[in-house]
Amino acid sequence: MAAAVAQTLLEKFPKAVSAAPDFREEEALYVIRENLPEVLQFLYSAPDAEYRLLEDVCGADYPGREKRFEVVYHLYSLKTGQHLRLKVALSEDDPTLPTATGIWKAADWFEREAFDQYGIRFEGHPNLRRVLNHEEFVGHPLRKDYPINKRQKLTRPTNLGWEEGQSRGNGSGSEAGGEEPERMILNIGPAHPTTHGTLRVLARLEGETILEADPEIGYLHRGFEKTSEALTYQQVIPLTDRLNYCSAMMNNVGYCRAVEKLLGIEVSKRVQYIRVIISELSRIIDHFVCIAANIVDIGALTPYWYCFRERENVYELLEALCGARLTTSYTRIGGLSHDLPDGWVERCRSYIRERIPRAIEETETLITKNRIFVDRTMGVGVISGDEALNWGFTGPCLRASGVPFDVRRANPYYDYDKFDFEIPVGSNGDTYDRYLVRMEEMRQSLRIVEQALDGLPEGPISAQDRRVSLPEKDAVYTKFGALVQHTKLIVDGILPPEGEVYSVTEAANGVLGFYIVSDGTKNPYRIKVRPPCFAIFQALPQLTEGNMIADLIAIVGSLNIIAGELDR
Amino acid sequence: MWIDYLVWTVQNLLFPIVVPVVLLTGVILAVWIERRGAAFIQDRVGPNRVHLFGLPNAGLMQPIADALKLLIKEEFMPERADRFLFYMAPAVSMIIAILTYMVIPFGDVLVIGKYEIPLQVADLNVGLLFIFAIASLGVYGIVLGGWAADNKYTLLGGLRSSAQMISYEIAMGLSIIGILIVFESVRLNEIVRMQGELVFGILPRWGIVVQPLGFLLFFVASLAETNRIPFDLPEAEAEIVAGYHLEYSSFKFSMFFMAEYVNMMVASGFLVSLFLGGWQIPWLPTEVLVDRVGPAVTALLQVGTFVAKLWFVMWVFVWLRWTLPRFRYDQLMGLGWRVMLPLALVNLCVTSIVPFVLGIY
Repeated sequence: MAAAVAQTLLEKFPKAVSAAPDFREEEALYVIRENLPEVLQFLYSAPDAEYRLLEDVCGADYPGREKRFEVVYHLYSLKTGQHLRLKVALSEDDPTLPTATGIWKAADWFEREAFDQYGIRFEGHPNLRRVLNHEEFVGHPLRKDYPINKRQKLTRPTNLGWEEGQSRGNGSGSEAGGEEPERMILNIGPAHPTTHGTLRVLARLEGETILEADPEIGYLHRGFEKTSEALTYQQVIPLTDRLNYCSAMMNNVGYCRAVEKLLGIEVSKRVQYIRVIISELSRIIDHFVCIAANIVDIGALTPYWYCFRERENVYELLEALCGARLTTSYTRIGGLSHDLPDGWVERCRSYIRERIPRAIEETETLITKNRIFVDRTMGVGVISGDEALNWGFTGPCLRASGVPFDVRRANPYYDYDKFDFEIPVGSNGDTYDRYLVRMEEMRQSLRIVEQALDGLPEGPISAQDRRVSLPEKDAVYTKFGALVQHTKLIVDGILPPEGEVYSVTEAANGVLGFYIVSDGTKNPYRIKVRPPCFAIFQALPQLTEGNMIADLIAIVGSLNIIAGELDR
Repeated sequence: MWIDYLVWTVQNLLFPIVVPVVLLTGVILAVWIERRGAAFIQDRVGPNRVHLFGLPNAGLMQPIADALKLLIKEEFMPERADRFLFYMAPAVSMIIAILTYMVIPFGDVLVIGKYEIPLQVADLNVGLLFIFAIASLGVYGIVLGGWAADNKYTLLGGLRSSAQMISYEIAMGLSIIGILIVFESVRLNEIVRMQGELVFGILPRWGIVVQPLGFLLFFVASLAETNRIPFDLPEAEAEIVAGYHLEYSSFKFSMFFMAEYVNMMVASGFLVSLFLGGWQIPWLPTEVLVDRVGPAVTALLQVGTFVAKLWFVMWVFVWLRWTLPRFRYDQLMGLGWRVMLPLALVNLCVTSIVPFVLGIY
């Protein structure tokens, strides 16, 4: 199907579109920038495959090429379930191209990020400012000629361009005169109890009603992508723990799956099943954290502890696997670091049969029909399915708006198609629905874990592939070939072939994508993470404007913004 | 002769000193109940480390340690704060909280020989009105604190507080007019004494029995007046950080903190006096008790009963706080004006008409 679309594009825009090298069966096309808007518009409403979801826009830098920069679009069609990669090459002298914000609102922050990191200008973008780095920052850090160890001192507070001195808390509003009455500008965050991690929202208020909201991120930006370019593929794994730190395992899995795709490795069934189990356990604790934080922001502390107690138990399970609770780094490229310890399966089974369902029930009893909670969340922060898709929502937030899109069902990986589970969807797309969807997803995840534990096959936990797996220790001491293999892996690291892949998994917040470009060396040439909440958080102004401060708190909580993956 | 002076001293010097001291000590117990109660509800252990002389006390010393910690913390004041108001606000909160308590009786009039000692600091004949008059001043502490700190969050907290207090004071005032009609007095001790009678010969004539709707309204309103969850909007820590006392630290913060708990005790004491029979032991009127065990033991029993009831209500406050989420500002206002006020008026009308229908007058 998608191939048909690519074919149509090639025929329809013969001058503008050309095929990119075939690699790992991914659809990729080069587009010249002059025709980009038409091509994107065509794809958005192509009859066979409407590419309604813009998953990612990112830049890449190839200093040796004639056209130095590349802007990469990853589109997804819910109709065909296929990804499509479009690449636009840009010269260094004139790194401009038309914006896609007119078609997908999701493009907004992704384009800002490409501008921030590479200095690529998007013409017609409504608000082309830096997004991850500070406005005082000089240069564009992801360009290859920006030294990785170059530091800059950034001290000025960010000015969001709103008129200063308009109002102070005690300012005399009515006396100032003028036609427009003064409005109080409230700075919520970055050091605010509900800004989960560090976010900042600047709000213009009338009373307690938010007239205008401007989210500001980047306080936790630590240059994950730049750092990765200086590390080997294995060394990146610990960094992925810190993306969504509420479900670190899922990032491990997502990253390793992407590198394995790059290498063309299929991991063993046992590895796949264990990865499913840890992913679903992580999903449960991630949802627990999200719901707990949401509830505590609304004012009820007790259900928070009920959720966190079970999260603690799951952490104990994960700790038994890898020795760490938060920074797991459990997966390896081609496998896992350790096999399951003795008795783990029974322990896991008793948790998922008794303790976790009980915690879900307890929370449900306290909250789901609580009149105050319902009043606080129902009809608050409503977004329709189409709008949500347009903003690039994925995961529970999209499903709460009634779009039954889940990568586990749409593009099954790791035998997800063999498990029996439901995809819960909401009908109103409000905060309450997001809560309900998460509650139900936890129950479905329990079912998946149960099935995966039942069907857990025996087998090796690392791929029998000399490019990624260390040989047996005995063999290293006795066989020359094994010694060489060991040495090469340690010294050279993993050497994938030249090429690029984009791999997605369904993380707790939505689609977690890794776009990896390899130039054949031991270091990744470019890693772009597509964090699910980056797309979601940019819709905050639309969700909150006209609501009250208390609603903003409830909405932010229900979106589950994790600054670790938001800012990278 | 000297005994005249003694009685006078007890009544006019000892009570005014002892009662505030007991109240402030009560704060310690209240904080302990709050924290241990929260731990109990949330399946935790709660504070259990602090002890004196190695005696296990289930964390009872924790509030004292907390208070000491607060006392030795840095006194912080924002640069642009209004100095005078900033200092005044916590004092206003505290003084008013304690002052309100002065008219709440904790026992029947103690009759020893020819001397009558009312077990309350001031037996005002307008006790109820006094409470309302003074309690409504309490909002000044919060509003001034919010204003003086020169911070947008504290300002929002103060704003919320004033709107909330005004709205709920009306419902609160209307909800007890029923009580006034039933008991025909605004003197608190008088109201409590009337609650010793029986209705239908079996039920004690407590406010909650004769005015169930009034009780409910008054209870909700007193939650709102004391800024407890689900009405703790002035200090909603998740929304406006800590509201009006955001910029306060050290002793000034502990004044606000203690004032909140004293206010809770005032609200509980008031609620107990009006609706839960005050110091009355059900089915055991003062006369019977004095006959059997003498005046001193009677007084002790009655004070004990009052204290037990008060702490039960305090526990309900704690229980609610750790169970319910928080309202939103407009929902809170909606509840106050659209639900509680009409209900209070209905209650008032019904209470006024029923005696005529039943032909009591």
